[in-house]
Amino acid sequence: MKTVKSPFQFPGGVHPRYNKDLTEEKPIVDLPLPTTLAISMGQHLGAPAKCLVKPGDHVGLGQLIGEKSGFISANVHASASGTVKAVEKRPGPTGNLADAVILETDQDQTDTSAFMPPLDWEKASREELLARVEAAGICGMGGAGFPTSVKLNPPPDKHCEYLILNGAECEPYLTADCRMMMEHADRIRRGVETMRRILGGPAVRIAIENNKPAAIAAMEKAFADASGDVEIVVLPTLYPQGSEKHQIYATVGRVVPDGALPIAVGCVVENVGTAAAIADAVDSGMPLVRRVTTVSGDGIVEPKNVRAPVGTSYADLAAFCGGERGNVRKVISGGPMMGFTVPSLAIATTKTTSGLLFLTDASVFQYSSNPCIGCGRCLRACPMGLDPSAISCAVEAGDVADAEARGVMNCIECGACSFGCPAYRSITHFCRRAKISIRARLAAEKAKAAKKG
Amino acid sequence: MLDVLIALMPAACCAVYFFGLKAVWLMATCVGATVATEAVCRLLMRREMSILDFSAALTGLLLAFNLPPDIPLWMAATGAVFAITVAKQVFGGLGYNPFNPALAGRAFMLISFTGPMTTWTKSTWIGYFDPEGVQAVTTATPLGLIKQGAFADWNVFGFVRDLFVGNVNGCLGEVSALALLVGAAYLLWRKVITWHIPVSFIATVAIYAAFKGCGAPPLVHVLSGGVVLGAFFMATDYVTSPITPLGKLIFGAGCGVFTMLIRTADPANGGYPEGVSFSILVMNAFTPLINRWTRPRPFAKLQAKS
Repeated sequence: MKTVKSPFQFPGGVHPRYNKDLTEEKPIVDLPLPTTLAISMGQHLGAPAKCLVKPGDHVGLGQLIGEKSGFISANVHASASGTVKAVEKRPGPTGNLADAVILETDQDQTDTSAFMPPLDWEKASREELLARVEAAGICGMGGAGFPTSVKLNPPPDKHCEYLILNGAECEPYLTADCRMMMEHADRIRRGVETMRRILGGPAVRIAIENNKPAAIAAMEKAFADASGDVEIVVLPTLYPQGSEKHQIYATVGRVVPDGALPIAVGCVVENVGTAAAIADAVDSGMPLVRRVTTVSGDGIVEPKNVRAPVGTSYADLAAFCGGERGNVRKVISGGPMMGFTVPSLAIATTKTTSGLLFLTDASVFQYSSNPCIGCGRCLRACPMGLDPSAISCAVEAGDVADAEARGVMNCIECGACSFGCPAYRSITHFCRRAKISIRARLAAEKAKAAKKG
Repeated sequence: MLDVLIALMPAACCAVYFFGLKAVWLMATCVGATVATEAVCRLLMRREMSILDFSAALTGLLLAFNLPPDIPLWMAATGAVFAITVAKQVFGGLGYNPFNPALAGRAFMLISFTGPMTTWTKSTWIGYFDPEGVQAVTTATPLGLIKQGAFADWNVFGFVRDLFVGNVNGCLGEVSALALLVGAAYLLWRKVITWHIPVSFIATVAIYAAFKGCGAPPLVHVLSGGVVLGAFFMATDYVTSPITPLGKLIFGAGCGVFTMLIRTADPANGGYPEGVSFSILVMNAFTPLINRWTRPRPFAKLQAKS
């Protein structure tokens, strides 16, 4: 095991104010169990899970309540024991409606009989371990929520050469991954070794930004006796360093082609929180039912890194952190660059909720979008090498075809373009709009073709 | 825009120093006229008031910098009104104008008021460039003299020194290369502009002058007329110049070539002694095309490193 500086630097990127000092010294604390949870069936990328319970049922902690309903889908488990009050459509952090199980929780949460039997990662077979990751409903906890079992099971013609552990946490404010690495390095290590076994022993690259020296030290200690090709890659602090494609470039110098997955260049990228969740699923048989969320911002009394059951309402998280203070203008689920502004605190956390930010007048600047003056800052900031200026102008003029020709589908929606725009143009939003309408058109064409043939 | 105004302050001070109070009046007239015109246009168009983005004030100051110090103030005001209405607001305002408004205003004045636009008064200093030694009220600019083939006799070192500090005739803001370079350094430091356009513009002028033999050494061509002002403050206008680094290099080189083509055109055919403003306007027209030619390289097309 050795620690190296990142050998390659992607073009573009921006330096937002990080504000991580609000929570980076705060140890992870457990949230007292809320009285109600709203567990969504659509927490991951892909098809929503099929709900297995009905109102009146009693469920145990860790019991399967939603079954994966397709190749790219994930199981959902009860994050507490309790009684199902209702199964109803609820909006998620992005506003998309999905079935949610409304659970009234029991006082006593000591019964773990619904957990799966523990496995020994060193003795269990590759298939057993992979089946466990799938059964435990584990999906990428960095934000996108791609089902982990799919990533860990590449097609037979593809071979994984590098397992990249994403500890970059490049979003401002968020410190959940940083604290996980500092406090749970041993669990992360076991999760990584499990994934290595499943993937047939690839080399490991642990990517961490250089603004987290404590996390780097903790990971160095945990992986000190690791066998084989293991490197901790220290990345320069630059947004969006945590983006999958850019992290692959920064650590191993490979470029993922347009529209392809990382496995196309022999890489699998997993978040540090995901690794810890895999360790839990294997060691104790506990499915993914809780996660660490950074509650921060200048609009919350006491910013904290909170470990809470999946399905906790934002209101409960806010109350645990002392409630709001000042004139809170914006509540963001996730980080400020890629997160979503939420309209209500009734929305509940999911497996991918990395942060919940309360921002006051002092941090929120409201503006209207002006015409592009062609300064080129977005072009210099874009890590995907696009021309966000031209794309935004095309979308504004209703010319989605031109935006598509300019590669808008490669946009990773990182927000670096909007961040520095002196005309305050919501460039990322224009890109999202174009992508949504292009996807809708492609889906319609596909449906038409299926009907014909 | 405020940064650009700040960056123009050293040159504005030099203008007052060399040309006296009339420089103040000219700058005040141009800035007042552009800002007032902008306000009236926005009101008539029922659009959001935009004078606080300082783009109109900047257009006014740049226009004043491109005028001879003795131009009648009403002519300057006419040019300012033209710059804002015809070159900017009819297209929808800041961000939509295809041509640099200040230069469009100057081109309009050069064609409409050719006499006053090409009459130069001596600055308050006496320089090396006055070959006849006559204390005339009006004299030619260095470029005018070059065009007449009258450069050969001068003391080049002294002349270059005069050009650098500004002890020459010319438009209000373009006489002192030193003051302009101080402002340009500020713009580069603040990352308002990038080096691409100024470097390729000035390098093209110098190389062209060195190889074609244009009546004066390259350094004289670079420091004379509007090259420094144009390269750092006019050609770098965000709206009317290309967005990509390669596009900026092409744009600057084009400006340099057109500048020298106009400067060296046969005076018998009515060629102007100075070509910076027209060259930038011509290249403004090419900007959309250059942007189309020089799309950035997508991340996925990057060369793999291992």
